[in-house]
Amino acid sequence: MNFTAIKAIYVFEMTRFFRTLLQSFVSPVLSTSLYFVVFGTAIGSRINMVEGVSYAAFIVPGLIMLTVMTQSTANASFGIYFPKFIGTVYELLSAPISFLEIVIGYVGAAASKAFLVGLIILGTAHLFVDLTIAHPVAMLAFLVMTCFSFALLGFIIGIWAKNFEQLQLIPLLVITPLVFLGGSFYSVSMLPPVWQTITMFNPVVYLISGFRWAFFGTADVSIGLSLLAIALFTGICIAVIGWIFKTGYRLKS
Amino acid sequence: MPAIVSAKDVVKIYDGGFEALKGVSLDIEQGEILALLGPNGAGKTTLISVICGMVNATSGKITVGGHDIVDDFRAARRLIGLVPQEIALEPFEKVINSVRFSRGLFGKPRDDAHIEHILRQLSLWDKKDARVKELSGGMKRRVLIAKALSHEPRVLFLDEPTAGVDVELRKDMWDIVRGLRADGVTIILTTHYIEEAEAIADRVGVINGGEILLVSDKAELMTQMGRKQLRIDLHEPVGKVPEALASYDLEIGPDGRSLIYTYDTKGERTGITALLGDLAAEGLVLKDVSTSQSSLEDIFVGLVEGAA
Repeated sequence: MNFTAIKAIYVFEMTRFFRTLLQSFVSPVLSTSLYFVVFGTAIGSRINMVEGVSYAAFIVPGLIMLTVMTQSTANASFGIYFPKFIGTVYELLSAPISFLEIVIGYVGAAASKAFLVGLIILGTAHLFVDLTIAHPVAMLAFLVMTCFSFALLGFIIGIWAKNFEQLQLIPLLVITPLVFLGGSFYSVSMLPPVWQTITMFNPVVYLISGFRWAFFGTADVSIGLSLLAIALFTGICIAVIGWIFKTGYRLKS
Repeated sequence: MPAIVSAKDVVKIYDGGFEALKGVSLDIEQGEILALLGPNGAGKTTLISVICGMVNATSGKITVGGHDIVDDFRAARRLIGLVPQEIALEPFEKVINSVRFSRGLFGKPRDDAHIEHILRQLSLWDKKDARVKELSGGMKRRVLIAKALSHEPRVLFLDEPTAGVDVELRKDMWDIVRGLRADGVTIILTTHYIEEAEAIADRVGVINGGEILLVSDKAELMTQMGRKQLRIDLHEPVGKVPEALASYDLEIGPDGRSLIYTYDTKGERTGITALLGDLAAEGLVLKDVSTSQSSLEDIFVGLVEGAA
């Protein structure tokens, strides 16, 4: 294992993150604050308690997940796509490093950034609502797992994308709808029965439900199912990355 | 001494079916400067890309420093530095961070003294904190070289290093290349400028259409280049070389009205003065005199056209 190389990639990527603070930190925090003001305070004040918690508090886990999922995907996909786009990928391919080390470096950095943003949003949420976290360790574990699994997905997208349009395609057309329809802003039990059934096919439901359980101790689906879902999702991403590694798909001709 | 880079029957067929390398075999000696000459699309960059790991060979075997580039890629690649043809740099990063990153990628611990040495050598030290995008094209190329040298490679590939480079940088670059060779670094450069190969290489390889046509010591090629021809046009045609001029090894030109004298410019005496004197003594009237040189370019063009 070339740990020096992993560190080099990680540090290089994190430097980019801190160089673009406005885009990296301020923008997600601002948009999340807007959600709190609009949904939590303005609309939420007219909504009853949901599953025993105020609506403003109820949407906090969903909002964090929404941001963390989109951020880790975006960070990782851009992180590996940009070297391909500007040509610096030659250096990664000619260095004495394996694909695994490249993945650890880029995915690790992308997940770290998303994790930091997640924590900042949690802090911001505290300014708006009273929060007590029922299972803090489980909450952190869920956050970390989500950051990593979606960064893996982002990495795959970044390898696959041939242009900037494709880079945006999956996040915009697949991930954002799944996250919005995954119970970020509502409990699945609030839906009509047909939609409840359909919703169960959305993998994001299990992640958000598990994360919400860590906050409030209540969930739409059992915590075991949530863990299984995230393990399955991570497993699929790792398998795809393993296949890319074997074939050199879109990296090596 | 075993070759530091050894390629055997390397074939590369791209997905579209284009055969970029048709069984290339090449041994590169430790410490030499090898210039790979060839027209555009000859396979120079593909060969380098295969050796450095950016492109997978379809078949064949390559070792660098005795390490197979596939089975033992870490050991092989640690020895290699690459300056690519296209300028490819992260535009928003500082010069020094970009160079440090390259060193780290190759698994070497941070060494600020070494990085400073390289940046000073390349006249980049003043620009170390500048963002790459603020640099001129020539400066960017220097950064590429600095990155390639950051991990102290033993084999350096320079892919068209002087394309679009001004005289000053070209001169600096050759100084650095000579300095590296003095340290025992093997250098492989590709170019389609023949003067460049003449100026710096120990050996010259000519590649065209995915095949190596010739690998030769530059000094040997220079011997051929050192030969010049003197063409003497005469007023009256001559049937054969006059007896009195037999010692000059003259040939009759194709039109029968000229004599062609081949001589060695490196020789102490070219014999031109004596020849002209003897020609006058024979009563031959000269109409015109011209000289021509067989250059590396002629050899190169001849090889490339002969193969096409």
